[in-house]
Amino acid sequence: MTVKLILRDKEFEVKPGMTLLSSLQKVNVLPESVIATREGEMILEDEILKDGDVVKLIAVISGG
Amino acid sequence: MRQHKLALCKEHYLEWVPEQTERFIRKYGMFGHDDKILVAVSGGKDSLSLWDILVRLGYQADGLYIGLGIDAGIGYSSESHRLAEKFANDHNLKLQVVDIEKEYGQPIPVLAQISHRGHGKPCAVCGLTKRHVMNRIARDLGYDVLATGHNLDDEAAVLFGNTLSWSVEYLLRQGPVLPSADGLARKAKPLCRLYEREMTAYAILRGIEYIYEECPFAEGSTSIYYKEVLNRLENDRPGAKLTFYLRFLEARQTGLFAESKEPADYLHPCSNCGQATSAPGLCSFCRLIEKVADQAPLVSNL
Repeated sequence: MTVKLILRDKEFEVKPGMTLLSSLQKVNVLPESVIATREGEMILEDEILKDGDVVKLIAVISGG
Repeated sequence: MRQHKLALCKEHYLEWVPEQTERFIRKYGMFGHDDKILVAVSGGKDSLSLWDILVRLGYQADGLYIGLGIDAGIGYSSESHRLAEKFANDHNLKLQVVDIEKEYGQPIPVLAQISHRGHGKPCAVCGLTKRHVMNRIARDLGYDVLATGHNLDDEAAVLFGNTLSWSVEYLLRQGPVLPSADGLARKAKPLCRLYEREMTAYAILRGIEYIYEECPFAEGSTSIYYKEVLNRLENDRPGAKLTFYLRFLEARQTGLFAESKEPADYLHPCSNCGQATSAPGLCSFCRLIEKVADQAPLVSNL
């Protein structure tokens, strides 16, 4: 019974039923630094994540 | 978008970003529809999105891709080149390509190694080379303006760094437009008021294929650290990055920083390439290339 969050080579697991925003806070990822997609579609911070969801987090920061 | 207190569906978001870009182009007098624009494209989300937006807005925009020769085991440059070419071909656009190794004998990491600039990282040499080549191509091929994909986060991070060190010379030169001068092409940053996160969302929603991988040399860079710090601030106080940048532009316009000299007073043409440089003689880039040429026999053994 988990939701999987993937950011580059890192994977996090959170409980289902939380919003995306709460899930990001739970795993210490700044919402401002990522865009979340599920099955290729962008999802917003108030989206409630369900059991079995796999959320890909795309890092937005670039530059050197 | 908490900073704007605005929520949009995909369709309206894809209209909003170009509308905002057009607003900033006009507000800051960046260029007009009769101007020939050269867009510096890296294969990343910001530059490809900028090219997409300018073309949608009806501007005459060609692309410039600079092949840096950075591989680092992931084929970084070859993949970014492929994506820039793909975008140009898919949209029937003209892409100018400059390969650093072909033009100057060595790829960026080797140029950096020879020059001993940048404390073991090629970023300083890379920046110097890109600025030189962008300026050269814009001038040689008769473009009216060079447009880059710098977004608000890029601008806020640079501003933050220059404010921490009170680098007034750099603060004076930071802005949405740098006017042309002897040896220097006009430069514009049409995305300077759009958040990096907004540009990522635009690229994804528009279906633009861009390079997700960060430049392998950017890891641990100061600019990324500053962006992270500013994002923590933004998280607690939505709109903080935009306010920081806009208040700076206002302060500069109202004379917070006094001009010490006009650029024309202290810039000289490089004796080799003609581009503007702060000291008489060769510019930094030509000195770099001269050093590389001197060490060519040694380089072949690297």
